[in-house]
Amino acid sequence: MENAGFEPRIIGFLCNWCSYAGADLAGVARLQYPPNVRIIRVMCSGRVDPQFVFKALADGADGVLVAGCHPGDCHYADGNYKTMRRFQLMKKVLAQLGVEEDRVRLEWISAAEGSAFARVIQEFTERLRQLGPFKPGRRLAAGGEG
Amino acid sequence: MEKLKIASYWASACGGCDVAILDIHEKIVDVANIADIVFWPVATDFKEKDVEGYPDGYIDVTLFHGAIRNSENEHYAQLLRRKSKILVAFGSCAVMGGIPGLANFKKREDILGWVYFESPSTQNKERVLPQTSTPVPEGELTLPSFYEEVKTLGDVVDVDYFMPGCPPAPHQIWAVLQVLASGNLPPKGAVVGASDKALCDECKRVKTEKKVKRFYRTYEIIPDPERCLLEQGIVCMGPVTRGGCGARCTSAHQPCRGCYGPLEGVVDQGAKYISALASIVDANTWEEAQEIIGHIPDPAGTFYRFGLPGSLLRRARNV
Repeated sequence: MENAGFEPRIIGFLCNWCSYAGADLAGVARLQYPPNVRIIRVMCSGRVDPQFVFKALADGADGVLVAGCHPGDCHYADGNYKTMRRFQLMKKVLAQLGVEEDRVRLEWISAAEGSAFARVIQEFTERLRQLGPFKPGRRLAAGGEG
Repeated sequence: MEKLKIASYWASACGGCDVAILDIHEKIVDVANIADIVFWPVATDFKEKDVEGYPDGYIDVTLFHGAIRNSENEHYAQLLRRKSKILVAFGSCAVMGGIPGLANFKKREDILGWVYFESPSTQNKERVLPQTSTPVPEGELTLPSFYEEVKTLGDVVDVDYFMPGCPPAPHQIWAVLQVLASGNLPPKGAVVGASDKALCDECKRVKTEKKVKRFYRTYEIIPDPERCLLEQGIVCMGPVTRGGCGARCTSAHQPCRGCYGPLEGVVDQGAKYISALASIVDANTWEEAQEIIGHIPDPAGTFYRFGLPGSLLRRARNV
């Protein structure tokens, strides 16, 4: 396989109130999932500025997960609805920039869903392994063909 | 006091920045009082050889407009960097790629293919492509090489100041020239001739709560002359764009297109605008949001109209 030996790097933005607690539960319950995700805790998935996602991709992430409370469960009432709308628009822009659709993923994971978190990371890692490394447009050396 | 020596050069640009300099009108005479123009291809007759003959650092200020599209653009960027004490990236193209930067949505071979083979008005049966070097009996003819992608001035040389705008507003050009002439310089790397606040801050339109059920293209709606354009569903880049232009577009009932670049504190104008715009979409289900967002054609081209090469991802990937 072309991407054999490739270990994708995933940046996971998890909301403090649901998804981070869900990831915590996965750990406490000793569920097995691939160690490819680097988790960044944010207070709300609505805090995830699309700039964070672009920055992660530009700086070497192969995939980005944004996870928050289920619709209706947001600690701040409607933060995750904003996330949902931003995510849709962001996907359209990323598609135009040639970023494969499956490199960014939005999931609703509650504090009780440790198994869902483990499954998402499992699936996402597998998918990114198929897609291979993400190579952003690198700054081509000056003075050459550019 | 010795007169300032200034130069102005266009790389991959439309020439609008040169026109903007002339748009300071009669003050151009004042410029002539404080400065000698030592190179300005659009208006004076100095040649490349003249510039090469200047000692390094001879030019006090070079206003460099245009993006870096080909090897000639880069050659001039390096030449003028060497010859200038202060190099100003002047206008959106030099600062962040500008309109020519939209070419970064395409691959080099696709651009050349369209221009030289495919466009309906092209007749090129022999499939001739420009060559960087062509031997002829009299010797060798050369052309600049066309780069894989458009770059900003800052990608190829060290830049002292950044002055955004497509083109920069004449009152700002005059203000910046005065500052440069005074010798009381801002810190290196500063954005000059622009505000630290968003365009919305100087836009006079009435702003209330923003909830949008449908987006319109400018030709699809006659906007209310008083109300915020964004609230009326017109994709206006004001919230993420640096002000300082005097809100000329929104005063003329046209949305801000983002030419002054990312607001202070914003790294990626397009990504930040995704955040701003999606937040005001009035939908709480996936399907409804999809329907409303679907009315924005070409979001990437709109949000990165002036700044794709200077953005985080810089170009569409060659997939």
